[in-house]
Amino acid sequence: MLENLKNLEKVINSELSSKVQNSLIENNELLIEIKESELIEVIQFLKSNDKLKFRQLIDIAGVDYPDQEKRFQLVYLFLSHENNIRIKLSVYLETNQIINSITKIFPSANWMEREVFDMYGIKFKNHPDLRRILTDYGFKGHPLRKDFPLTGFNEVRYSEKEKKVIYEPVKLEQNYRNFDFESPWEGTNYSKKITNIDTDGKKN
Amino acid sequence: MAKKTKSLNLNFGPQHPAAHGVLRLILELDGEVVEKADPHIGLLHRGTEKLIEQKTYTQALPYFDRLDYVAPMNQEHAFALAAEKLLKIEVPIRAKYIRVIFCEIGRILSHILNVTTQALDVGALTPSLWGFEERETLMTFYERASGSRLHANYFRTGGVHQDIPLKLVEDIDKFCRSFPKIIDDLEGLLTDNRIFKQRNVEIGIVTKQEALDHSFSGVMLRGSGVPWDLRRSQPYEIYNELDFKIPVGKNGDCYDRYLCRIEEMRESVKIILQCIEKLPKGPIKSIDGKISPPNRDDLKQSMEALIHHFKLFTEGYRVPKGNVYSAVEAPKGEFGVYLISDGSNRPYRCKIRAPGFSHLQAMDYLIRGHMLADVPAVLGSLDIVFGEVDR
Repeated sequence: MLENLKNLEKVINSELSSKVQNSLIENNELLIEIKESELIEVIQFLKSNDKLKFRQLIDIAGVDYPDQEKRFQLVYLFLSHENNIRIKLSVYLETNQIINSITKIFPSANWMEREVFDMYGIKFKNHPDLRRILTDYGFKGHPLRKDFPLTGFNEVRYSEKEKKVIYEPVKLEQNYRNFDFESPWEGTNYSKKITNIDTDGKKN
Repeated sequence: MAKKTKSLNLNFGPQHPAAHGVLRLILELDGEVVEKADPHIGLLHRGTEKLIEQKTYTQALPYFDRLDYVAPMNQEHAFALAAEKLLKIEVPIRAKYIRVIFCEIGRILSHILNVTTQALDVGALTPSLWGFEERETLMTFYERASGSRLHANYFRTGGVHQDIPLKLVEDIDKFCRSFPKIIDDLEGLLTDNRIFKQRNVEIGIVTKQEALDHSFSGVMLRGSGVPWDLRRSQPYEIYNELDFKIPVGKNGDCYDRYLCRIEEMRESVKIILQCIEKLPKGPIKSIDGKISPPNRDDLKQSMEALIHHFKLFTEGYRVPKGNVYSAVEAPKGEFGVYLISDGSNRPYRCKIRAPGFSHLQAMDYLIRGHMLADVPAVLGSLDIVFGEVDR
Protein backbone atom coordinates (compact mmCIF):
# COMPACT_ATOMS: atom_id res chain seq x y z
CA MET A 1 0.00 0.00 0.00
CA LEU A 2 2.63 2.49 1.07
CA GLU A 3 4.81 1.51 -1.84
CA ASN A 4 1.95 2.17 -4.22
CA LEU A 5 1.51 5.59 -2.67
CA LYS A 6 5.18 6.43 -3.08
CA ASN A 7 5.04 5.38 -6.72
CA LEU A 8 1.93 7.41 -7.20
CA GLU A 9 3.58 10.44 -5.66
CA LYS A 10 6.55 9.99 -7.95
CA VAL A 11 4.38 9.73 -11.06
CA ILE A 12 2.38 12.78 -10.16
CA ASN A 13 5.42 14.82 -9.25
CA SER A 14 7.17 13.98 -12.50
CA GLU A 15 4.16 14.51 -14.76
CA LEU A 16 2.76 17.56 -13.05
CA SER A 17 5.98 18.92 -11.58
CA SER A 18 5.19 22.59 -12.16
CA LYS A 19 1.66 22.34 -10.87
CA VAL A 20 2.18 20.50 -7.62
CA GLN A 21 2.90 22.92 -4.81
CA ASN A 22 3.26 20.38 -2.09
CA SER A 23 2.79 16.65 -1.66
CA LEU A 24 2.61 14.76 1.57
CA ILE A 25 2.13 11.14 2.61
CA GLU A 26 0.54 10.93 6.02
CA ASN A 27 -1.42 8.12 7.69
CA ASN A 28 -1.08 6.06 4.52
CA GLU A 29 -2.77 8.74 2.46
CA LEU A 30 -1.45 11.05 -0.21
CA LEU A 31 -2.35 14.74 -0.16
CA ILE A 32 -1.44 16.94 -3.10
CA GLU A 33 -1.69 20.70 -2.92
CA ILE A 34 -2.21 22.63 -6.13
CA LYS A 35 -3.07 26.14 -7.29
CA GLU A 36 -6.76 26.80 -7.81
CA SER A 37 -6.16 28.09 -11.36
CA GLU A 38 -4.84 24.71 -12.43
CA LEU A 39 -7.58 22.62 -10.84
CA ILE A 40 -9.34 21.62 -14.06
CA GLU A 41 -6.14 20.51 -15.80
CA VAL A 42 -4.94 18.49 -12.83
CA ILE A 43 -8.26 16.72 -12.32
CA GLN A 44 -8.55 16.02 -16.03
CA PHE A 45 -5.07 14.53 -15.90
CA LEU A 46 -5.86 12.38 -12.85
CA LYS A 47 -8.96 11.04 -14.51
CA SER A 48 -7.63 10.35 -17.98
CA ASN A 49 -4.04 9.26 -17.32
CA ASP A 50 -3.64 5.54 -18.01
CA LYS A 51 -1.42 4.93 -15.03
CA LEU A 52 -3.62 6.72 -12.51
CA LYS A 53 -7.26 6.24 -13.59
CA PHE A 54 -8.93 8.18 -10.83
CA ARG A 55 -12.34 7.61 -12.31
CA GLN A 56 -14.44 8.35 -9.27
CA LEU A 57 -14.93 11.52 -7.28
CA ILE A 58 -15.71 10.52 -3.71
CA ASP A 59 -16.39 13.84 -2.09
CA ILE A 60 -15.55 17.52 -1.87
CA ALA A 61 -14.90 18.82 1.61
CA GLY A 62 -14.69 22.49 2.47
CA VAL A 63 -12.66 23.67 5.44
CA ASP A 64 -12.61 27.11 7.01
CA TYR A 65 -9.45 28.61 8.53
CA PRO A 66 -10.53 32.14 9.55
CA ASP A 67 -7.03 33.17 10.61
CA GLN A 68 -5.31 32.37 7.35
CA GLU A 69 -4.94 34.78 4.49
CA LYS A 70 -6.30 32.15 2.14
CA ARG A 71 -9.26 31.36 4.30
CA PHE A 72 -10.93 28.39 2.64
CA GLN A 73 -9.58 25.01 1.73
CA LEU A 74 -11.28 22.60 -0.62
CA VAL A 75 -10.29 18.96 -0.43
CA TYR A 76 -11.24 16.76 -3.37
CA LEU A 77 -11.19 13.03 -2.65
CA PHE A 78 -10.70 10.65 -5.54
CA LEU A 79 -10.69 6.89 -5.84
CA SER A 80 -9.19 4.69 -8.52
CA HIS A 81 -10.91 1.32 -8.67
CA GLU A 82 -8.36 -0.13 -11.08
CA ASN A 83 -5.37 0.68 -8.90
CA ASN A 84 -7.24 0.45 -5.61
CA ILE A 85 -5.81 3.72 -4.42
CA ARG A 86 -7.08 7.04 -3.09
CA ILE A 87 -5.79 10.56 -3.45
CA LYS A 88 -6.63 13.88 -1.81
CA LEU A 89 -6.31 17.11 -3.73
CA SER A 90 -6.22 20.33 -1.79
CA VAL A 91 -6.79 23.90 -2.97
CA TYR A 92 -6.68 27.10 -0.92
CA LEU A 93 -8.97 30.02 -1.66
CA GLU A 94 -9.36 33.58 -0.45
CA THR A 95 -12.76 34.91 0.65
CA ASN A 96 -14.90 35.77 -2.38
CA GLN A 97 -12.55 33.99 -4.72
CA ILE A 98 -14.34 32.04 -7.43
CA ILE A 99 -13.19 28.58 -8.41
CA ASN A 100 -13.88 26.54 -11.53
CA SER A 101 -16.60 23.93 -11.30
CA ILE A 102 -15.63 20.38 -12.19
CA THR A 103 -19.14 19.25 -13.11
CA LYS A 104 -18.02 18.84 -16.73
CA ILE A 105 -15.50 16.18 -15.71
CA PHE A 106 -17.46 14.55 -12.88
CA PRO A 107 -21.25 15.03 -13.08
CA SER A 108 -21.54 13.99 -9.45
CA ALA A 109 -19.68 17.15 -8.43
CA ASN A 110 -22.92 19.04 -9.00
CA TRP A 111 -24.49 18.51 -5.58
CA MET A 112 -21.16 18.39 -3.78
CA GLU A 113 -20.31 21.87 -5.06
CA ARG A 114 -23.78 23.06 -4.19
CA GLU A 115 -23.21 21.81 -0.66
CA VAL A 116 -19.89 23.62 -0.40
CA PHE A 117 -21.55 26.77 -1.72
CA ASP A 118 -24.36 26.39 0.80
CA MET A 119 -22.10 25.73 3.77
CA TYR A 120 -19.17 28.06 3.01
CA GLY A 121 -20.38 30.51 0.37
CA ILE A 122 -17.67 29.55 -2.11
CA LYS A 123 -18.87 30.25 -5.64
CA PHE A 124 -18.17 27.97 -8.58
CA LYS A 125 -17.71 29.20 -12.13
CA ASN A 126 -19.68 27.40 -14.86
CA HIS A 127 -21.78 25.43 -12.42
CA PRO A 128 -25.11 24.56 -14.07
CA ASP A 129 -27.34 25.14 -11.06
CA LEU A 130 -25.70 26.76 -8.07
CA ARG A 131 -28.51 26.89 -5.52
CA ARG A 132 -28.57 26.17 -1.82
CA ILE A 133 -29.12 22.51 -1.11
CA LEU A 134 -29.29 21.52 2.55
CA THR A 135 -30.46 24.67 4.31
CA ASP A 136 -33.96 26.11 4.37
CA TYR A 137 -35.56 28.06 1.53
CA GLY A 138 -34.53 31.70 1.95
CA PHE A 139 -31.78 30.89 4.45
CA LYS A 140 -29.14 33.55 5.02
CA GLY A 141 -25.51 32.93 5.95
CA HIS A 142 -23.17 29.98 5.55
CA PRO A 143 -23.45 27.67 8.56
CA LEU A 144 -20.17 25.80 8.46
CA ARG A 145 -18.04 28.93 8.55
CA LYS A 146 -16.33 29.15 11.89
CA ASP A 147 -17.84 32.59 12.59
CA PHE A 148 -21.41 31.28 12.24
CA PRO A 149 -22.86 30.61 15.71
CA LEU A 150 -23.87 27.06 16.54
CA THR A 151 -27.35 28.17 17.56
CA GLY A 152 -27.91 30.07 14.33
CA PHE A 153 -29.85 33.32 14.03
CA ASN A 154 -33.46 32.37 13.43
CA GLU A 155 -35.83 29.83 14.88
CA VAL A 156 -39.02 28.50 13.36
CA ARG A 157 -42.34 27.80 14.99
CA TYR A 158 -46.00 27.53 14.15
CA SER A 159 -47.88 30.57 15.33
CA GLU A 160 -51.37 29.81 16.55
CA LYS A 161 -52.26 33.48 16.20
CA GLU A 162 -51.18 33.98 12.64
CA LYS A 163 -52.03 30.40 11.62
CA LYS A 164 -48.74 29.95 9.81
CA VAL A 165 -45.12 29.07 10.34
CA ILE A 166 -43.09 32.08 11.41
CA TYR A 167 -39.39 32.89 11.77
CA GLU A 168 -38.11 34.67 14.86
CA PRO A 169 -34.66 35.54 16.21
CA VAL A 170 -33.32 32.76 18.43
CA LYS A 171 -34.30 33.07 22.07
CA LEU A 172 -32.71 30.60 24.45
CA GLU A 173 -33.63 30.03 28.08
CA GLN A 174 -29.94 29.65 28.75
CA ASN A 175 -27.12 30.87 26.56
CA TYR A 176 -25.10 28.28 24.73
CA ARG A 177 -22.14 27.42 26.93
CA ASN A 178 -18.87 26.56 25.37
CA PHE A 179 -16.92 24.65 27.98
CA ASP A 180 -13.24 25.00 27.45
CA PHE A 181 -11.80 22.00 29.25
CA GLU A 182 -8.30 22.67 28.10
CA SER A 183 -7.90 25.56 30.53
CA PRO A 184 -10.16 24.57 33.39
CA TRP A 185 -9.60 27.58 35.65
CA GLU A 186 -10.90 30.30 33.37
CA GLY A 187 -14.59 29.65 33.95
CA THR A 188 -17.31 29.30 31.37
CA ASN A 189 -17.29 31.03 28.02
CA TYR A 190 -20.75 32.32 27.22
CA SER A 191 -21.35 32.86 23.55
CA LYS A 192 -22.89 36.25 24.31
CA LYS A 193 -20.52 38.13 26.59
CA ILE A 194 -22.24 39.75 29.53
CA THR A 195 -20.38 42.94 30.27
CA ASN A 196 -21.24 45.11 33.22
CA ILE A 197 -19.90 48.58 33.31
CA ASP A 198 -19.27 49.89 36.78
CA THR A 199 -19.83 53.44 37.81
CA ASP A 200 -16.17 54.26 37.49
CA GLY A 201 -16.17 53.05 33.89
CA LYS A 202 -14.23 49.84 34.55
CA LYS A 203 -15.27 46.76 32.68
CA ASN A 204 -15.70 43.62 34.70
CA MET B 1 -53.80 22.32 -36.09
CA ALA B 2 -51.56 20.83 -33.48
CA LYS B 3 -52.79 21.05 -29.94
CA LYS B 4 -50.64 23.05 -27.58
CA THR B 5 -49.36 20.89 -24.73
CA LYS B 6 -48.10 22.06 -21.40
CA SER B 7 -46.02 19.97 -19.07
CA LEU B 8 -47.44 19.36 -15.64
CA ASN B 9 -45.50 20.03 -12.46
CA LEU B 10 -46.09 17.59 -9.67
CA ASN B 11 -44.93 17.85 -6.10
CA PHE B 12 -43.97 14.41 -4.82
CA GLY B 13 -43.53 14.59 -1.06
CA PRO B 14 -42.29 15.80 1.40
CA GLN B 15 -45.14 13.89 3.06
CA HIS B 16 -45.45 10.81 0.94
CA PRO B 17 -45.08 7.23 2.14
CA ALA B 18 -43.08 6.19 -0.93
CA ALA B 19 -40.63 9.07 -0.57
CA HIS B 20 -38.87 7.10 2.22
CA GLY B 21 -38.68 10.13 4.44
CA VAL B 22 -38.78 13.82 3.81
CA LEU B 23 -37.94 14.10 0.14
CA ARG B 24 -39.58 16.77 -1.93
CA LEU B 25 -39.36 15.75 -5.54
CA ILE B 26 -40.56 18.22 -8.14
CA LEU B 27 -41.49 16.29 -11.23
CA GLU B 28 -42.11 17.74 -14.66
CA LEU B 29 -44.54 15.46 -16.44
CA ASP B 30 -45.58 15.09 -20.01
CA GLY B 31 -48.68 13.01 -19.60
CA GLU B 32 -47.41 10.20 -17.44
CA VAL B 33 -43.82 10.39 -18.60
CA VAL B 34 -41.34 12.12 -16.35
CA GLU B 35 -39.33 14.78 -18.18
CA LYS B 36 -37.35 16.14 -15.28
CA ALA B 37 -36.98 15.47 -11.59
CA ASP B 38 -35.62 18.03 -9.17
CA PRO B 39 -35.10 16.60 -5.69
CA HIS B 40 -35.24 19.16 -2.92
CA ILE B 41 -33.40 17.81 0.08
CA GLY B 42 -32.35 19.22 3.40
CA LEU B 43 -35.69 18.94 5.16
CA LEU B 44 -34.01 16.75 7.75
CA HIS B 45 -30.81 18.78 7.92
CA ARG B 46 -29.65 18.94 11.53
CA GLY B 47 -26.19 20.39 11.10
CA THR B 48 -24.41 17.24 12.27
CA GLU B 49 -21.05 18.39 10.95
CA LYS B 50 -21.32 21.74 12.72
CA LEU B 51 -22.35 20.07 15.98
CA ILE B 52 -19.47 17.63 15.83
CA GLU B 53 -17.02 20.53 15.61
CA GLN B 54 -18.24 21.64 19.05
CA LYS B 55 -18.05 18.26 20.77
CA THR B 56 -15.28 16.05 22.00
CA TYR B 57 -14.56 12.88 20.09
CA THR B 58 -16.53 10.73 22.53
CA GLN B 59 -19.51 13.06 22.32
CA ALA B 60 -19.37 13.15 18.54
CA LEU B 61 -19.93 9.43 18.16
CA PRO B 62 -23.69 9.28 18.92
CA TYR B 63 -24.36 11.69 16.05
CA PHE B 64 -23.36 8.94 13.67
CA ASP B 65 -26.19 6.69 14.85
CA ARG B 66 -28.58 9.35 13.72
CA LEU B 67 -27.31 9.54 10.15
CA ASP B 68 -28.41 6.31 8.57
CA TYR B 69 -30.66 5.26 11.43
CA VAL B 70 -31.40 1.95 9.72
CA ALA B 71 -27.88 0.63 10.28
CA PRO B 72 -26.45 2.79 13.08
CA MET B 73 -23.31 0.89 14.01
CA ASN B 74 -21.85 0.91 10.52
CA GLN B 75 -21.62 4.68 10.67
CA GLU B 76 -20.04 4.69 14.12
CA HIS B 77 -17.50 2.33 12.70
CA ALA B 78 -16.28 4.82 10.08
CA PHE B 79 -15.77 7.51 12.70
CA ALA B 80 -14.07 5.18 15.15
CA LEU B 81 -11.70 4.01 12.41
CA ALA B 82 -10.84 7.58 11.45
CA ALA B 83 -10.06 8.58 15.02
CA GLU B 84 -8.03 5.41 15.55
CA LYS B 85 -6.03 6.12 12.42
CA LEU B 86 -5.10 9.56 13.71
CA LEU B 87 -4.35 8.31 17.22
CA LYS B 88 -2.45 5.34 15.79
CA ILE B 89 -3.89 2.86 18.28
CA GLU B 90 -4.53 -0.84 17.85
CA VAL B 91 -7.92 -2.36 18.52
CA PRO B 92 -7.91 -5.66 20.43
CA ILE B 93 -8.81 -8.68 18.35
CA ARG B 94 -12.01 -9.53 20.23
CA ALA B 95 -13.32 -6.00 19.68
CA LYS B 96 -12.67 -6.38 15.97
CA TYR B 97 -14.78 -9.51 15.84
CA ILE B 98 -17.59 -7.92 17.84
CA ARG B 99 -17.52 -4.92 15.54
CA VAL B 100 -17.77 -7.09 12.46
CA ILE B 101 -20.65 -9.08 13.94
CA PHE B 102 -22.64 -5.93 14.63
CA CYS B 103 -21.76 -4.31 11.32
CA GLU B 104 -23.11 -7.33 9.51
CA ILE B 105 -26.23 -7.30 11.69
CA GLY B 106 -26.58 -3.68 10.60
CA ARG B 107 -26.27 -4.73 6.98
CA ILE B 108 -29.05 -7.28 7.39
CA LEU B 109 -31.19 -4.70 9.20
CA SER B 110 -30.78 -2.24 6.38
CA HIS B 111 -31.27 -4.70 3.55
CA ILE B 112 -34.40 -6.22 5.11
CA LEU B 113 -35.90 -2.77 5.37
CA ASN B 114 -34.93 -1.83 1.86
CA VAL B 115 -36.00 -5.01 0.11
CA THR B 116 -39.34 -5.19 1.87
CA THR B 117 -40.22 -1.51 1.46
CA GLN B 118 -39.23 -1.67 -2.16
CA ALA B 119 -41.77 -4.48 -2.47
CA LEU B 120 -44.24 -2.34 -0.55
CA ASP B 121 -43.71 0.53 -2.98
CA VAL B 122 -44.68 -1.65 -5.91
CA GLY B 123 -47.67 -3.15 -4.17
CA ALA B 124 -46.67 -6.12 -2.00
CA LEU B 125 -47.50 -5.77 1.67
CA THR B 126 -46.63 -9.17 3.11
CA PRO B 127 -42.81 -9.05 2.80
CA SER B 128 -42.60 -6.00 5.01
CA LEU B 129 -44.68 -7.66 7.70
CA TRP B 130 -42.44 -10.71 7.67
CA GLY B 131 -39.26 -8.70 7.40
CA PHE B 132 -40.02 -6.36 10.26
CA GLU B 133 -40.42 -9.26 12.64
CA GLU B 134 -36.82 -10.25 11.93
CA ARG B 135 -35.65 -6.67 12.28
CA GLU B 136 -37.23 -6.62 15.70
CA THR B 137 -35.17 -9.66 16.73
CA LEU B 138 -32.01 -8.05 15.40
CA MET B 139 -32.71 -4.86 17.24
CA THR B 140 -33.01 -6.76 20.50
CA PHE B 141 -29.43 -7.93 19.82
CA TYR B 142 -28.47 -4.28 19.53
CA GLU B 143 -30.29 -3.62 22.77
CA ARG B 144 -28.64 -6.45 24.63
CA ALA B 145 -25.19 -5.28 23.60
CA SER B 146 -25.57 -1.53 23.89
CA GLY B 147 -28.73 -0.83 25.86
CA SER B 148 -30.72 0.72 23.04
CA ARG B 149 -32.48 -0.67 20.04
CA LEU B 150 -31.64 2.03 17.55
CA HIS B 151 -29.14 4.64 18.62
CA ALA B 152 -26.61 2.25 19.95
CA ASN B 153 -23.56 4.43 20.70
CA TYR B 154 -21.70 1.19 21.16
CA PHE B 155 -18.41 1.55 19.28
CA ARG B 156 -15.63 3.51 20.89
CA THR B 157 -12.31 4.76 19.69
CA GLY B 158 -10.11 1.80 20.48
CA GLY B 159 -12.79 -0.88 20.74
CA VAL B 160 -16.37 -1.22 21.84
CA HIS B 161 -18.15 -0.04 24.96
CA GLN B 162 -18.89 -3.34 26.71
CA ASP B 163 -18.27 -7.00 26.24
CA ILE B 164 -21.12 -9.11 24.93
CA PRO B 165 -22.44 -11.94 27.12
CA LEU B 166 -22.15 -15.55 26.01
CA LYS B 167 -25.91 -15.98 25.94
CA LEU B 168 -26.18 -13.18 23.38
CA VAL B 169 -23.59 -14.85 21.17
CA GLU B 170 -25.60 -18.09 21.36
CA ASP B 171 -28.80 -16.28 20.43
CA ILE B 172 -27.18 -14.52 17.47
CA ASP B 173 -25.92 -17.91 16.37
CA LYS B 174 -29.42 -19.37 16.67
CA PHE B 175 -30.83 -16.49 14.66
CA CYS B 176 -28.26 -16.95 11.91
CA ARG B 177 -29.22 -20.57 11.53
CA SER B 178 -32.92 -19.80 11.18
CA PHE B 179 -32.67 -16.60 9.16
CA PRO B 180 -31.76 -18.08 5.73
CA LYS B 181 -35.17 -19.79 5.81
CA ILE B 182 -36.79 -16.36 6.13
CA ILE B 183 -34.77 -15.07 3.17
CA ASP B 184 -36.03 -18.06 1.19
CA ASP B 185 -39.58 -17.16 2.16
CA LEU B 186 -39.08 -13.54 1.10
CA GLU B 187 -37.58 -14.69 -2.16
CA GLY B 188 -40.50 -17.04 -2.68
CA LEU B 189 -42.80 -14.05 -2.47
CA LEU B 190 -40.79 -11.74 -4.68
CA THR B 191 -38.05 -13.14 -6.88
CA ASP B 192 -40.26 -14.85 -9.44
CA ASN B 193 -43.31 -12.79 -8.73
CA ARG B 194 -44.74 -11.58 -12.05
CA ILE B 195 -45.88 -8.18 -10.79
CA PHE B 196 -42.66 -7.54 -8.89
CA LYS B 197 -40.63 -8.34 -11.99
CA GLN B 198 -42.79 -6.22 -14.25
CA ARG B 199 -42.25 -3.28 -11.98
CA ASN B 200 -38.50 -3.72 -11.53
CA VAL B 201 -36.85 -5.45 -14.47
CA GLU B 202 -35.24 -2.95 -16.86
CA ILE B 203 -36.31 -0.01 -14.74
CA GLY B 204 -33.71 2.55 -13.71
CA ILE B 205 -30.81 1.01 -15.61
CA VAL B 206 -27.32 2.24 -14.69
CA THR B 207 -24.39 1.35 -16.89
CA LYS B 208 -20.90 0.76 -15.51
CA GLN B 209 -19.60 4.08 -16.77
CA GLU B 210 -22.56 6.03 -15.42
CA ALA B 211 -22.20 4.37 -12.05
CA LEU B 212 -18.60 5.55 -11.85
CA ASP B 213 -19.35 9.06 -13.12
CA HIS B 214 -22.11 9.54 -10.60
CA SER B 215 -19.97 8.45 -7.63
CA PHE B 216 -22.09 5.40 -6.96
CA SER B 217 -20.92 2.88 -4.41
CA GLY B 218 -22.15 -0.22 -2.69
CA VAL B 219 -25.02 -2.13 -4.24
CA MET B 220 -25.67 0.64 -6.76
CA LEU B 221 -22.20 0.05 -8.18
CA ARG B 222 -22.17 -3.74 -7.86
CA GLY B 223 -25.63 -4.01 -9.41
CA SER B 224 -24.10 -2.54 -12.56
CA GLY B 225 -21.38 -5.15 -12.69
CA VAL B 226 -18.45 -3.45 -11.00
CA PRO B 227 -16.93 -5.91 -8.54
CA TRP B 228 -16.02 -3.42 -5.84
CA ASP B 229 -16.51 -3.90 -2.14
CA LEU B 230 -14.37 -2.12 0.43
CA ARG B 231 -14.52 -5.15 2.71
CA ARG B 232 -12.59 -7.03 0.02
CA SER B 233 -10.55 -4.40 -1.79
CA GLN B 234 -9.44 -2.28 1.16
CA PRO B 235 -10.08 -4.64 4.04
CA TYR B 236 -10.44 -3.20 7.51
CA GLU B 237 -10.79 -5.03 10.83
CA ILE B 238 -10.69 -8.77 10.13
CA TYR B 239 -12.51 -8.95 6.82
CA ASN B 240 -9.48 -10.37 5.04
CA GLU B 241 -9.59 -13.44 7.29
CA LEU B 242 -13.20 -14.21 6.49
CA ASP B 243 -14.63 -16.17 3.64
CA PHE B 244 -17.46 -14.45 1.83
CA LYS B 245 -18.60 -13.70 -1.69
CA ILE B 246 -19.40 -10.37 -3.32
CA PRO B 247 -22.58 -10.64 -5.37
CA VAL B 248 -22.40 -8.62 -8.58
CA GLY B 249 -25.30 -7.72 -10.86
CA LYS B 250 -25.42 -7.85 -14.61
CA ASN B 251 -27.97 -5.41 -15.98
CA GLY B 252 -27.82 -2.61 -13.43
CA ASP B 253 -31.60 -2.33 -13.11
CA CYS B 254 -33.76 -2.24 -9.99
CA TYR B 255 -34.27 -5.99 -10.09
CA ASP B 256 -30.54 -6.75 -10.10
CA ARG B 257 -30.03 -4.47 -7.17
CA TYR B 258 -32.77 -6.32 -5.32
CA LEU B 259 -31.04 -9.63 -6.08
CA CYS B 260 -27.69 -8.26 -4.88
CA ARG B 261 -29.21 -7.21 -1.58
CA ILE B 262 -30.81 -10.61 -1.03
CA GLU B 263 -27.49 -12.35 -1.72
CA GLU B 264 -25.62 -9.92 0.53
CA MET B 265 -27.90 -10.84 3.40
CA ARG B 266 -26.97 -14.49 2.93
CA GLU B 267 -23.29 -13.57 2.87
CA SER B 268 -23.68 -11.46 6.00
CA VAL B 269 -25.19 -14.44 7.81
CA LYS B 270 -22.16 -16.49 6.80
CA ILE B 271 -19.79 -13.79 8.03
CA ILE B 272 -21.53 -13.61 11.40
CA LEU B 273 -21.40 -17.39 11.80
CA GLN B 274 -17.68 -17.41 11.03
CA CYS B 275 -17.07 -14.61 13.52
CA ILE B 276 -19.00 -16.41 16.23
CA GLU B 277 -17.04 -19.56 15.61
CA LYS B 278 -13.70 -17.77 15.80
CA LEU B 279 -14.64 -15.21 18.46
CA PRO B 280 -11.53 -15.00 20.66
CA LYS B 281 -11.37 -14.08 24.33
CA GLY B 282 -9.63 -10.99 25.60
CA PRO B 283 -10.06 -7.27 26.16
CA ILE B 284 -12.70 -5.39 24.17
CA LYS B 285 -11.15 -1.95 24.19
CA SER B 286 -7.72 -0.44 23.94
CA ILE B 287 -5.69 -0.80 27.13
CA ASP B 288 -4.39 2.73 26.73
CA GLY B 289 -5.76 4.49 29.81
CA LYS B 290 -5.52 7.87 28.11
CA ILE B 291 -8.10 6.85 25.53
CA SER B 292 -10.44 4.22 26.87
CA PRO B 293 -12.13 4.74 30.21
CA PRO B 294 -11.28 2.50 33.19
CA ASN B 295 -13.50 -0.23 34.58
CA ARG B 296 -16.15 0.69 37.11
CA ASP B 297 -14.52 -1.56 39.74
CA ASP B 298 -11.18 0.19 39.43
CA LEU B 299 -12.75 3.57 40.17
CA LYS B 300 -13.25 2.60 43.82
CA GLN B 301 -9.71 1.34 44.27
CA SER B 302 -7.35 3.21 42.01
CA MET B 303 -6.64 6.93 42.18
CA GLU B 304 -5.24 6.88 38.69
CA ALA B 305 -8.36 5.27 37.26
CA LEU B 306 -10.46 7.97 38.90
CA ILE B 307 -8.33 10.73 37.40
CA HIS B 308 -8.47 9.13 33.97
CA HIS B 309 -12.22 8.74 34.23
CA PHE B 310 -12.67 12.37 35.18
CA LYS B 311 -10.38 13.68 32.47
CA LEU B 312 -11.86 11.45 29.76
CA PHE B 313 -15.42 12.51 30.42
CA THR B 314 -14.74 16.21 30.74
CA GLU B 315 -11.83 17.10 28.54
CA GLY B 316 -11.80 13.94 26.47
CA TYR B 317 -8.68 12.75 24.70
CA ARG B 318 -6.62 14.88 22.39
CA VAL B 319 -6.03 13.69 18.88
CA PRO B 320 -2.76 14.49 17.12
CA LYS B 321 -2.77 17.04 14.33
CA GLY B 322 -3.51 15.70 10.89
CA ASN B 323 -6.19 14.76 8.45
CA VAL B 324 -7.49 11.39 7.50
CA TYR B 325 -10.17 9.83 5.33
CA SER B 326 -11.52 6.49 6.37
CA ALA B 327 -14.34 4.64 4.70
CA VAL B 328 -16.35 1.54 5.43
CA GLU B 329 -18.66 -0.51 3.30
CA ALA B 330 -21.96 0.51 4.86
CA PRO B 331 -25.10 -1.29 3.64
CA LYS B 332 -25.88 1.60 1.33
CA GLY B 333 -22.40 2.07 -0.06
CA GLU B 334 -19.16 3.75 0.83
CA PHE B 335 -19.66 5.70 4.01
CA GLY B 336 -16.64 7.85 4.72
CA VAL B 337 -15.44 10.29 7.31
CA TYR B 338 -12.90 12.94 6.44
CA LEU B 339 -11.54 14.09 9.76
CA ILE B 340 -9.26 17.06 10.36
CA SER B 341 -7.75 17.42 13.79
CA ASP B 342 -5.94 20.51 15.03
CA GLY B 343 -4.46 18.67 17.98
CA SER B 344 -7.20 19.62 20.43
CA ASN B 345 -9.92 17.50 22.03
CA ARG B 346 -12.48 18.35 19.33
CA PRO B 347 -12.47 17.62 15.62
CA TYR B 348 -11.62 20.74 13.64
CA ARG B 349 -13.67 19.51 10.72
CA CYS B 350 -15.56 16.30 10.15
CA LYS B 351 -16.88 15.85 6.64
CA ILE B 352 -19.30 12.98 6.31
CA ARG B 353 -19.46 11.25 2.98
CA ALA B 354 -22.89 9.70 2.74
CA PRO B 355 -23.54 7.24 -0.08
CA GLY B 356 -27.20 8.21 -0.37
CA PHE B 357 -26.27 11.78 -1.26
CA SER B 358 -24.65 10.80 -4.55
CA HIS B 359 -27.30 8.19 -5.27
CA LEU B 360 -30.17 10.61 -4.89
CA GLN B 361 -28.32 13.12 -7.03
CA ALA B 362 -28.63 10.73 -9.97
CA MET B 363 -32.41 10.57 -9.55
CA ASP B 364 -32.96 13.10 -12.32
CA TYR B 365 -31.08 11.13 -14.91
CA LEU B 366 -32.37 7.75 -13.71
CA ILE B 367 -36.01 8.67 -13.93
CA ARG B 368 -36.00 10.70 -17.12
CA GLY B 369 -38.27 9.05 -19.70
CA HIS B 370 -39.79 6.66 -17.18
CA MET B 371 -43.42 6.63 -16.13
CA LEU B 372 -44.63 8.35 -12.99
CA ALA B 373 -45.39 4.96 -11.45
CA ASP B 374 -41.71 4.02 -11.74
CA VAL B 375 -40.63 6.84 -9.45
CA PRO B 376 -41.26 4.89 -6.22
CA ALA B 377 -39.65 1.77 -7.69
CA VAL B 378 -36.45 3.60 -8.62
CA LEU B 379 -36.42 5.56 -5.40
CA GLY B 380 -36.87 2.33 -3.46
CA SER B 381 -33.96 0.63 -5.19
CA LEU B 382 -31.65 3.60 -4.53
CA ASP B 383 -31.97 2.79 -0.83
CA ILE B 384 -32.32 6.32 0.41
CA VAL B 385 -32.43 7.22 4.08
CA PHE B 386 -32.76 10.90 4.77
CA GLY B 387 -30.82 10.88 7.97
CA GLU B 388 -27.63 10.46 5.97
CA VAL B 389 -28.57 12.39 2.84
CA ASP B 390 -29.40 15.55 4.78
CA ARG B 391 -27.01 15.04 7.67
